[in-house]
Amino acid sequence: MPVNDAAIGKIYPPFEYEVGKEKIAEYARAVGEDNPVYFDREEAREAGFRDVAAPPMFAVVFSSGSVAPGIFDPEVGINFAMMVHGGQEFVWGEPVCAGDVITTETTVKDISEKGGMGFYEFESVSRNQDGQEVVRGTWTNIVRGTS
Amino acid sequence: MNIDLKVTPDKYLPHRYAGASGDFNPIHIDVDFAKSVGLPQNILHGLYSMAQVARACTTAAGGDPRSLRRLSVQFRGMGFPEQEIAVTGEVAEERDGLVLVKAEAVQGDNRIIRRGEAELRLTD
Repeated sequence: MPVNDAAIGKIYPPFEYEVGKEKIAEYARAVGEDNPVYFDREEAREAGFRDVAAPPMFAVVFSSGSVAPGIFDPEVGINFAMMVHGGQEFVWGEPVCAGDVITTETTVKDISEKGGMGFYEFESVSRNQDGQEVVRGTWTNIVRGTS
Repeated sequence: MNIDLKVTPDKYLPHRYAGASGDFNPIHIDVDFAKSVGLPQNILHGLYSMAQVARACTTAAGGDPRSLRRLSVQFRGMGFPEQEIAVTGEVAEERDGLVLVKAEAVQGDNRIIRRGEAELRLTD
């Protein structure tokens, strides 16, 4: 069955996430980050952050909730059982700190087919409470057996 | 600049990463489920492995999280807990304080992250 690319350009409702100090610490510990700016408010402020800073890959925590509706959207038509996460890109802007309220909006950027596999690309754009872009993510999911 | 990081995720790491990230897909945390869909065991989250590449890059740049401007990776081989991950990389290009790094992550012969490309901004 060939892929249906009718959903290209579809935009999902904004997803809001409030960044908590302990959530940053939990994430940092899980991935092995030990820089004190991720745990200690004073150290973070001394390094020029507004509050405890989030590691760059914390982007996953506040933006994946925005991408999920697209992955499960029947109009996109991903066969979840056959899906693998094929690739990921993040481009970072303003740092994210505890207390920030991050709003992420996701778009279906591309749907294509190559070698019997479907490629589904989503773009998420995350902004903080001041409207500054904090990260832009490109999420590529590959679905086997599309033809 | 030397990109070189080794880490061995313990047996329960996928559970902690699931809690930290919110991704509770059972292929990462349930051995029986993973086997039922044809996997040898539960597998690491790809974004956990990507976070190790990110950590290797920021560490090489001096530790400031603001140094990492961009990171793109491709996930290929599956990663497993209780096996050492080795992240290596080299500088491909350097100009105006921006460094382009090519990196990958392996577990033994199994290349779990390929074509990693990071852009780092060096500060003094």
